[in-house]
Amino acid sequence: MNPTKTAPRGAAEGVANAGDSEVMTYRDALRLALREELQRDEHVFIMGEEVGVFEGAYKVTAGLLGEFGAERVRDTPISEEGFVGAGIGAAMLGERPVVEIMTINFLLVAMDQVVNHAAKIGAMFGGEVRCPLVIRTPNGAGNQLTAQHSQSFEGWFAGTPGLKVLAPASPADAKGLLKSAIRDNDPVLLVENLAIYKERGEVPLDPEFLTPIGLANVARVGSDITLVAHSYATVRALHVAEKLARDHGVDAEVVDLRSLRPLDVDTVAASVTKTSRAVCIEEGWPTYGVTAEVAARIQKACFDDLDAPVERVGMAEVPLPYAKQLETAALPGEDRIEAAVLATLGLRG
Amino acid sequence: MAIATATLRDLYEQMLLIRVFETAAEREYKAAQIGGYCHLSSGQEAATVGATHALDAEDLLVTGYRCHGFALARGVSPEAVMAELFGRSGGCAHGRGGSMHLLDVDVGYYGGWGIVAGQLPIATGLALALVRQGREQCVLCELGDGAVNMGAWHESLNLAAVWKLPVVFLVMNNEYGMGTSVERASAVTDLHRRAGAYGLPAERVDGNDLIAVAQAASTLLSGARSNRQAAVLELVTYRYRGHSVADPGLAYRTSEEIAEHQHNDPITRTRALLSEAGVSDEQFDAMDTEVDERVAAAIAWSIASPPPPVSELARGMYAPGSAAQFARMLAGAPFGERELVFAGGLGE
Repeated sequence: MNPTKTAPRGAAEGVANAGDSEVMTYRDALRLALREELQRDEHVFIMGEEVGVFEGAYKVTAGLLGEFGAERVRDTPISEEGFVGAGIGAAMLGERPVVEIMTINFLLVAMDQVVNHAAKIGAMFGGEVRCPLVIRTPNGAGNQLTAQHSQSFEGWFAGTPGLKVLAPASPADAKGLLKSAIRDNDPVLLVENLAIYKERGEVPLDPEFLTPIGLANVARVGSDITLVAHSYATVRALHVAEKLARDHGVDAEVVDLRSLRPLDVDTVAASVTKTSRAVCIEEGWPTYGVTAEVAARIQKACFDDLDAPVERVGMAEVPLPYAKQLETAALPGEDRIEAAVLATLGLRG
Repeated sequence: MAIATATLRDLYEQMLLIRVFETAAEREYKAAQIGGYCHLSSGQEAATVGATHALDAEDLLVTGYRCHGFALARGVSPEAVMAELFGRSGGCAHGRGGSMHLLDVDVGYYGGWGIVAGQLPIATGLALALVRQGREQCVLCELGDGAVNMGAWHESLNLAAVWKLPVVFLVMNNEYGMGTSVERASAVTDLHRRAGAYGLPAERVDGNDLIAVAQAASTLLSGARSNRQAAVLELVTYRYRGHSVADPGLAYRTSEEIAEHQHNDPITRTRALLSEAGVSDEQFDAMDTEVDERVAAAIAWSIASPPPPVSELARGMYAPGSAAQFARMLAGAPFGERELVFAGGLGE
């Protein structure tokens, strides 16, 4: 399949008619995807801390234990290295585990299983065995959760060959990408976001609705500058784009990456070729981050088209403090994104 | 468990094959035919062969990185193992894994893994899949004495116990984790007692006694199969060579200590059993010759097996169908990435 020819550009374009979709939260869209896939394939099962009786730390799995039973919605001990590895082993024997990690901060204690094991299986064993594992986990900050619970590490995993890393920003893509991840035959990390869970949007109800892996989405068409983002940074970028249009007459294009590995550089480059300017935004630290990679790709792919250096906005490079005004100052808020856009346009220094 | 003489003779030949194979691997390593790390298991043959013998054909095996012997005992051909050590296309992992990452899913061998204790959670997950699929088989997971001090050991035994999973953890206690003795590494040196913390049955057995190993493994594996009872089997043995070929193995122990252990050699002990059962010196000589020829043939076959082509650098990394997903990642890629990784048909 060539995704450029057959895949919907916007997530909702895959819907036959408006009656097939429903407005729901990102959280509910994820749950819909899980329910549909649990119904579709008996090899799919959910595993994680508090996913069953407690109904999920962020309620994504609420109701699924009652519907599918404890064998398919499996509560685990607080034991990430153990149950992520168990997911890997089960996947190697043809199961389709969907492992929930309460937040991406806790995935670090299972880093060895993800990076040193899951990511290596395909290549290290010469393609003799596969690992169709899904890990879902939220990143993000903003609720005074402080240094150990406010991080966004998706770039670390996206930098690892052998993994696929997805980061939906809309309810429709939350459903479509989670379903694509579960049906994929490789280990996939699906990064959700604490602040997006409550965001609402139109979600196709077709159980065969899938968002293609490796295809970015032009979430807002514009002509003056390209904002490249993923996950919650896309939500921020879309708000900023509307404000720029209203207050400054700036028409910004927003590219929502959706997929970090594979990374759709073609869509980013096409946009920057058109606008000649780019600001890359992420929730995490920019140094060695997703925006670092995207900026490097832009400068190579669009060298002759750029009218300004590629700018980046992310979390201030400190362990996130508790005090509200410090936390707010450190996050890639809309004011900081707007200022970066105006500076890149030469409208404000 | 009585072992028929014919079976004992077959197991003896497997032990002999491993010893001759490991000796040849060391020679070929020093001749620069084999690179990387190369961990030999000479001295551990009874533990390796006895435990593997107790597996049913449909059971699964997972090991750490000292895995040549397990692969051979499980039925991977000496050609496929040696060619993997040589980094050739004909290797069991097509030259991608090397000494530490042997596997053959056709015989239920799910890998040699290189991170100490990293294979334990995976073995636990294989056992979970067996349960989910309603299969009455079990998993044997080998690890070294050094692995019991890793968190993954604790997490895996606990999960196997609370979820009632059919997995037996085989602790190959060869007295040293690399160069650190069990006494210097573990607060409780009777390692199988750790199983008590999880309410799991456990046995500690002379790992150089082939029959005792096979009996204990058979009992615990049967419990795993029929009652989903996870367990720990500690096999006390000794490795004659260093941690890897690059380690002379004398910084942390003496040659006298090694010589003393060689008086308790598992192959000599098993040979004595066969002699008592009437196997003649001529028959032993014939077995020696046959094993020598098999290893020589494996080396010749490996030399003839072509190295994997660079055009297949990314082989196996992603599942078939992935090339389309990565098609839009080429723009702005790092120098050479397009030719090295993508040109060969990523995931096709």
